[in-house]
Order: sequence, then C-alpha cells, then structure tokens
Amino acid sequence: MLYYSRLRMLGVVGICLISVLLCLPNFIKAPSQSLPWHQVHLGLDLRGGSYLLLQLDTKTLQHDRLQSLEGEIRQGLLSAHLGYRDIQRDDAAAAVLVTPRSDSEKENDRKVLNDLTPSIPGELAVDEKDGHFIVSLTKEAVRARAREAVSRSIEIVRRRIDSTGAIDPSIAREGEDRIVLELPGISDPQRIKTLLGTTARMTFHLVSPDPTHAGPGTTMLPLPNGRGEIAVEDRIDVDGANLTDAAATMSEGQWVVELKFDNKGADDFARITTQNVGKPFAIVLDGHILTSPVINGPITAGRGIITGSFTAQSASDLAVLLRAGALPAPLTVVEQRSIGPSLGVASIHAGVISLAVGFVLVVLFMLLFYGRFGLYADIALFANLVMILAILSLFEATLTLPGMAGILLTLGMAVDANILINERIREEVRQGRKPLQALQAGFQRATGTIIDSNATAFLAHVMLFVFGTGAVRNFALTITIGIATTLFTTLVLSRMLIVRWYAHKRPQELPV
Amino acid sequence: MRGRHAGLIISALLSIASVVLFFTPGLNLGLDFRGGVIVETHSPTAEDPAHMREILKAGHVNAASVQTFGSPQDMRIAINLPRGGEDEHVTQQLVDHVRTIIVQAIPGVQIQRADAVGGSVSSELFRDGVLALLFSLGMILIYIWFRFEREFALSAVITLVLDLTKTIGFLVVTRFEFDLVMVAALLTILGYSTNDKVVVYDRVRENLRKYRTMPLRELLDLSINETLNRTLGTSMTVFLAALPLALFGGSTLTGFATVMLFGIVVGTSSSIFIAAPLLLLMGQKRLRRGS
Repeated sequence: MLYYSRLRMLGVVGICLISVLLCLPNFIKAPSQSLPWHQVHLGLDLRGGSYLLLQLDTKTLQHDRLQSLEGEIRQGLLSAHLGYRDIQRDDAAAAVLVTPRSDSEKENDRKVLNDLTPSIPGELAVDEKDGHFIVSLTKEAVRARAREAVSRSIEIVRRRIDSTGAIDPSIAREGEDRIVLELPGISDPQRIKTLLGTTARMTFHLVSPDPTHAGPGTTMLPLPNGRGEIAVEDRIDVDGANLTDAAATMSEGQWVVELKFDNKGADDFARITTQNVGKPFAIVLDGHILTSPVINGPITAGRGIITGSFTAQSASDLAVLLRAGALPAPLTVVEQRSIGPSLGVASIHAGVISLAVGFVLVVLFMLLFYGRFGLYADIALFANLVMILAILSLFEATLTLPGMAGILLTLGMAVDANILINERIREEVRQGRKPLQALQAGFQRATGTIIDSNATAFLAHVMLFVFGTGAVRNFALTITIGIATTLFTTLVLSRMLIVRWYAHKRPQELPV
Repeated sequence: MRGRHAGLIISALLSIASVVLFFTPGLNLGLDFRGGVIVETHSPTAEDPAHMREILKAGHVNAASVQTFGSPQDMRIAINLPRGGEDEHVTQQLVDHVRTIIVQAIPGVQIQRADAVGGSVSSELFRDGVLALLFSLGMILIYIWFRFEREFALSAVITLVLDLTKTIGFLVVTRFEFDLVMVAALLTILGYSTNDKVVVYDRVRENLRKYRTMPLRELLDLSINETLNRTLGTSMTVFLAALPLALFGGSTLTGFATVMLFGIVVGTSSSIFIAAPLLLLMGQKRLRRGS
C-alpha cells in the first residue's frame, strides 16, 4: 500500500513530463516541420467568427421527386398508348395518384406503373385503392434521399465557401438533415448567407405554345424585372447539372455568363435547338426565368451564353454558383451566432484572468489549511491543469469560454479528493493511530468515497455532453476530462508525494 | 438532528415558493430557448439607448429591449421571435437588417455579437436541456441505488430536487437569462451536490457497520459531524474557484457563476440539514430500530 516501486514512480513522473511536452505546442512555435505539433483550438467565442446551422428543405426534395415521378408516369402511360382520367400529386402522403381511364386498361396500367425505374432500389410502392393506383415513395427511400442530399450539399457548400476565400472553415453534418458551418474570422456572415441561400439549380425548358395560360404539364414562372409571367413546360430539356464550367465575360458591351456543357449536356442542347428552331425557350434559375431567347438555329458546340441585365458582381456570383453546382434542395439558416474579434479577445482575457485568480485562491486555501499536505495537493492540482491541457491539445479539441469555466470548476472540485484524504488522516491521528497506520487507513477509506463522488459528477456531465450543443458541450467535455485527470493526480500523484516524503523523513507526527 | 423538522419545513417551503415562481412570473428565457435576435454593439463614444431605439424604429424594427451593459459604450439589443412566425427566414433576415441599419447610423460602431435563433431550433434546444437534466437525475438515482440502499437513493434524489427547485427560484428572482449555459450550471450544481451527499452517506454506511447498536439519530449526527470539515472545506474551494468567474467572467459567465455560487451554498447546507434528516425519516424502520 505505502510502497511505490521505482518503476511505478518513473511511470507517474513520465506521464507528467509527457503532459508538459504535449502542452508546449500551445505556447511555442514548432522547431521543426516534422514534429507532430498539436494545439488546442480556440472556439469561435474566443477567436471571433460565425456559426451557422443550416437546414436542408427535405419537403422540396420530396416535392421535386414527386414532380418528376408524375412526369415519368405520364410519359410511361402515353408511350404504352394508355390514357388516364387523372394524375395527381399528394405531397403529404409522398405519393402520386393515378386514376385509370377505364377498367379494361387497368391491367396494362399496373404493368406500366410496376415497370417505373426507381432512382434508389426499393423506392417505389404501387398500391390500388378505390379504383385508383397509388404510387408512393417508401419511407426508407425518402430518408436515404435526404441523407444523400445532405452529403451532396456539404460538398457544394464547401466549394461555395472556398470560393469566398474563408480561412479554416469547418463544415459538418448534424443529425439527419442539418449542416453545421463554422467560419472563424468571419464575424459578418451576410454574404455567406446569401451565397448559401441560393439553390442555383439551373434548367432549360421550352416555353409552352400557349404562354399565357398554365395547362397540364406546364407552370407559370416569373420573368425577370417584374415583366409578368409566362407558362413554361415542366419537362427539363437541359439540366444545369451537365455544366462543366461557367464564367462571367463581356459580350457586346454587356456582362454575360458563358456556359460549357459536358457530353450529355451538349447532346441535349444540340437536340433541343435543332428540333425547335424559331421557338422561344427559357433558362430558369431557382424558379425564376433568367432569360427566354428565341432559338435562332442549332447550337451543337456545347457552349452557350446567358444574357440578362447583369452587373460585373452579379455575373461573377452567378458563375461561382453554377460552377459549384446546384444544391439538391434549398438550405435555410436556422441558427446564427457571430462574435466580433474584439469581444473574442475580451473573452480570452476574462477566461485567463478567472482561471489564474481561481487557481491561486484554491492553492492558497489548501496551503493555509493543510500545510505540507496542502502543498502536495497543490502540486497535484498544477499537474491536473497541465494534463487537462495536454489531453485537449493531443486531440486538438476546441476550447470555449464555458470550457475554461469547466476547467476552473474541475480544479475547485479536484482538491476535494485531497481534502477527503487529509481529513481522514486527521481523524485517524486523532483516534491515536501511528502515522503510518493513519496514512494507510486514510488513503484506503477515502478512495471509495472519492470514486463514488466522482462517478456521479461524471454521469451528470456525460448527459450534458450527449444532449448539449456548442459551448455547453465544451463545458461538459472539459469537466469530463478533468474528472479523469483528477482521479490520476489525487489517487496516484499526490499520494505518491506523501508516501515519498514519509519514507524519507519517517516523522513521528503527521503535519495535519 | 434537533433542528431537523425546522430544516425540512423551511426547505420545503422555499422549494414550493420556487415552484410557484417558476409558473408566475416564470423564468427569463434566454435566446437559446426563446428564439429571436440579439445584437451587441460597441460604439466609439457613449451611446444612449433611446437614440438606439430611434435608429431601430427608423429601420422599422421594434426591439424588445435595448440596454447598455458593462459600459455606456456597450449596448445590447434583444428582439423576440415574431409571434407564431414559423418562418425561419424572418429571424435570419432580421439579424442582418438590424446589423446593417446600426452600422449605417453610427459611424465606427462594432458589432460584437449577432445571434439569431429560429423557432424550431429554440424548442429543440429547450427539449434537449430538459432531457439532459432528467437523465442526469435518473442516472444519479440509479448509481446511488446500486452503491447504497433504496433509502439513500430516494433521500438523495429528493434532496437534489429540493436543491434544484430552489436554484430555479433563485433564477426567477434574479432574472438571469435562462439559457444553455444555465442548464450547464444546474447540472454542475447537481453533480456537485450529489458528490456532497455521497460523502455523507458513505460515512453513514460505514458507521452503520461500525456502531451496530447506536440509534440511527445519533449515528447520523455523528456522521455529519465527522464529515463537516470536509463538506465545508470542499465547498470553500469550489466557491473560490467559481468566484472569479462571477467577478471577471464577462457577460457570458457572470450569470452562470452567480448561480453556481448560490447552488454551492444550497448544496452544502442541504448536505448538512436536509439529506441526513430525510434519511432518518425514511430509514427509521429499515436501517435501524429503536431511535
């Protein structure tokens, strides 16, 4: 119990030294590029910057899929020479309702519906009810589509953010349909929000032969500059997804956006322009018509330009968005937190001063009340602080202001273990035990209590970590790490210091 | 143990009062749980809240509150979530709008903080906060149940609930904003207070084995006295650690740390005056007869 082997002591001292080494990167520059130089990251509240929580609009995602499904069903029935009385979308039920023209066609209808190509395996389910067919999207498929859409959105968000020159942005998925965006150094995220608020889905459609009325398979869309609306066919003739490049250039004294298509895009573009010479078509961006020129002749080179009333800025912004690709569905900012750089600096000061003052107060208290054993507790306390910092650095964890508060509170509670041990030893001495027995009994009896009391605190903060977000999570993290280091520094380190002292001095009385 | 009834009654009354306060006037919900917009500005010269209100009004913004904090150069503008406004766009556009009109109206102004929390997020955050509290209580109950006996676990959790309600009452009275950081404070108080009870109960259990014939009442008195130094010592160090946070921690941490300080005092006194008497009340029959 009171014997510490040389190996064990070396181990304890070694852990402490390694911790000191791990802390170094936070204070000095790396002497060589090849060394692993892990640092604690300062949270946005300390370095200034913006936090944005984006929500993917899964309703639109589903709506788009139903719309294309409706088109596929129409197309499928027509090409099988079948009619229908009605085809309706039901967004709430994630389904398309098909009413057959007559009972005699029902069998063939069912065949067509069963033969629809799903975009994800197992996506479609065909049911029959009250003489209607119901083609519905399965729940799994809806969820899989959302998941996939979030992944794709993250990619596109990253490309768009990178084009703004933001330094060190972090983009991560959160939950099923959300994305967390952290932008250090950007305390005014307005431009980013605008950039992300655009879906940038560009499509090319033919204008309906009867442009003033919306009929089946067409939709009224607004023209630019409030020049009213025209009916545009729902069918997508060329998809912006087939773009390979977009750039803002000058053409005949005007800003235009030049487009380049990939093979499929070029083929689609060639076909549509060859078949429809003299007819107007519409370039649609996020449900708004950018321009609707008349096709003058076949365009087969896979290039095109969009004219419109662009400025240099709006043309280059549109080019950036088109290059980065379209978001699968709109993203909405549901939470924003931005911190200015000077407030961040002030918060660092607040945290460091609090830490320093709190640390000194606790150290003095222990010295005053427990003398030599208090000093050992203080050494352990310092080691504790170093170890917490070492673990945070090792994992390159983030430190926020509440995180610093967590460290300080950990230190306040860490000495509890020393107090428990010291009080216990005092009691044993008072009961007339010899120093050695008092020490032994003190350590032994206090250990169970220390573990019990730390376990409950540990549980409470793990819960906080699980359910918390952002800064609060960081608070829970530092406390949880702190509880682990506390167990080491009090049960191992400070005990070893006391035991070493006792072995050297063999005192007749304990300084408690 | 002599004052046990007085202690329990006072504690229960304070907690009941706190529960009443919780319903009327209720907690001062912070941005996290209420949703809306908060903008903090730092102007080069002292600024008058009335002037700021005019600037906002000229920009068609009705602020819920405009007040200086810290120094007359620092101002905090809070705008509540538009009623029934499920539309997240509104909140997000509002924060940009407010920023723009302030920057245009006051030359050299710095926007220190611009937060906007939408309705759906704030209700989720609130739900998560409540869940964190409930699960923590549950875990503590289970842990103590395993480590001790039923009487210990029940009286510990009852004491914790009494502590928690009083802290919430304190929050209502002081009008500190109740946000996520406050939930963290409550949980820390919970963990700390449990810690305290565990130490006392540990000693009770030890003494139950040591003094087989001592009446429970005397035994509890003895255990409290034996652990008193430790209870006060640890409370003191945690108090000393939290004190600088309350003094220098800035707007984020002042409320948090003040509530912590209150919680430490409540937790310590409940360890001495509530937890053990409750154990006496519940454990009279089972733990030991004849007291």
